[in-house]
Amino acid sequence: METSLPSQSTNPPRAAFSDWVADWGRVAITATETLGDWVVFISRTLSWLLVRRPLKGTLVPNFYQVGVLSLPVVALTGMFIGMVLAVQSHFQFSQLGLETRLGAVINMSLVRELGPVLAATMLAGRVGSSMAAELGTMRVTEQIDALESMGANPIQYLVVPRFLACLLFIPTLTVMADLMGVIGGYVYSVLILGIDAHHYWYNSQQFVGTFDFFTGVFKSVFFGGAIALVSCYRGFHCAPGAEGVGRAATASFVYSFVLILVLDLGLGIMLDSVYYVLWPEGSNLF
Amino acid sequence: MMEANDNLTSGPKIIEARKVSVRFGQQQVLRNIDLGVPQGQTMVVIGESGCGKSVLLKTLIGLIRPQQGQVVFDGHDLAKLNEKDLTRQRIRFGLLFQSAALFDSMTVGQNVAFPLRQHTTQTDSDVQHLVLARLAEVGLPDSVVAKRPSELSGGMRKRVGLARALILNPELMLYDEPTTGLDPIMSDVINELIMRSRRRYPVTSIVVTHDMRTARKVGDRIVMVYPVSRLKPGMPQIIFDGPPSELDRIDDRQVLQFVRGEARDRLMEMRESYSDFEVDTD
Repeated sequence: METSLPSQSTNPPRAAFSDWVADWGRVAITATETLGDWVVFISRTLSWLLVRRPLKGTLVPNFYQVGVLSLPVVALTGMFIGMVLAVQSHFQFSQLGLETRLGAVINMSLVRELGPVLAATMLAGRVGSSMAAELGTMRVTEQIDALESMGANPIQYLVVPRFLACLLFIPTLTVMADLMGVIGGYVYSVLILGIDAHHYWYNSQQFVGTFDFFTGVFKSVFFGGAIALVSCYRGFHCAPGAEGVGRAATASFVYSFVLILVLDLGLGIMLDSVYYVLWPEGSNLF
Repeated sequence: MMEANDNLTSGPKIIEARKVSVRFGQQQVLRNIDLGVPQGQTMVVIGESGCGKSVLLKTLIGLIRPQQGQVVFDGHDLAKLNEKDLTRQRIRFGLLFQSAALFDSMTVGQNVAFPLRQHTTQTDSDVQHLVLARLAEVGLPDSVVAKRPSELSGGMRKRVGLARALILNPELMLYDEPTTGLDPIMSDVINELIMRSRRRYPVTSIVVTHDMRTARKVGDRIVMVYPVSRLKPGMPQIIFDGPPSELDRIDDRQVLQFVRGEARDRLMEMRESYSDFEVDTD
């Protein structure tokens, strides 16, 4: 049998153009298919969430994994970030003689941004990757097919409990990150840098309001949902073999992280608009 | 052969593939497959690796949706069923996977009990009783119940998979390479269990295998599927459909080579494609 080589075109510019069109066409088709898959996956998850209550046996292990086992790492991260914020801001603020304002800066950054984003990032790294790897392994070893063949819906059985666990427990993780960050910032600012405790707290109270705290927790719910959906989707669409599982785990973290940042920006803008509509006289910062 | 075939394909079909074609991306795996299995028959699908046997099995159970054609199970077109109705029909199937596909997050007992927990409201003691009975039927002691699938040998895993597939008394059993990767004795044990489950329950079976010993032993009817990529134009993908006894009388070269395990033509093909590939001419 002769090995056939691609025939040389008699009209190179035209062939190059048609290749270019074909390449872009392929990209467009793949993107549309992926988007369609995504929409179907999310809508099936949401519809199963409403149609049938998940079994307790599938919920409890996921709640434990997300809500309990993730707490220590989130607490640790929160605490260190609180301290790092104190270290970084202190020099700038001390130049202006505004050390006592550190409490406002640290606590505001924590409850609005860093607490929720860091809790979500830790969740994506710790739980999201493991979900993608676990579901990916189940896909590769035909366990998902086995579930389906036995009349159990894999979305209802595998995705819904994980989605619920992330959705319901990420607010507690966020509160934990906030709390430990506040403690970390206080410990470094007051006990190590020697800033006056009364003024530190007074300034915090002046600037950080309930809405700021709510903003962080509200955003975290979206982060949690996004992490679960991205990770489960990557696991479900895992390529064969060990390499496929590895790639699913990595991709789930990368995509989750990007999505967390995009959502953070979008929700941040939206919540600020809501704030100015509700309190048109201005924020409590100024 | 015609008369024998008529006997094998007559009667009401419990499951039927009608002009089924499946492709993954650019690769066509099944082309225009027409296949019906009458009630109570054990049909064995043979063919070389990658010919589409497992895809055919998964298409028949609705795990893969064909791009063309339809799969009809007991009068229901699987593609037209909604998720709830499809689930109801799937309870009537039992599928033994090539890798057994046991849930490794569960114990053996939980694995076998899984279909019961999903679809029945039996008490814990009833479930336990049934699980132990099914495990005993496949020759496994009570002590395996608390073990994890990773602690079992390949043969034991296959038997647990079989117990799990049979626990809801399916009307149609599908076996995907049931003896692949097992030693000859365990292979024969599995063959015996396939035949025994048929004797005990009025079950229709489809066995996908490339193990000719299994095919001859358990099959009433043998169907050979040929890879689409090797098909000549106009050639049907099913190149043999008849009773096991017919296999010895057939003069079709491609069927004979598979049945006898002769690789000569394939080796010559490889030599033509890759000049570095050496073939002994003795």
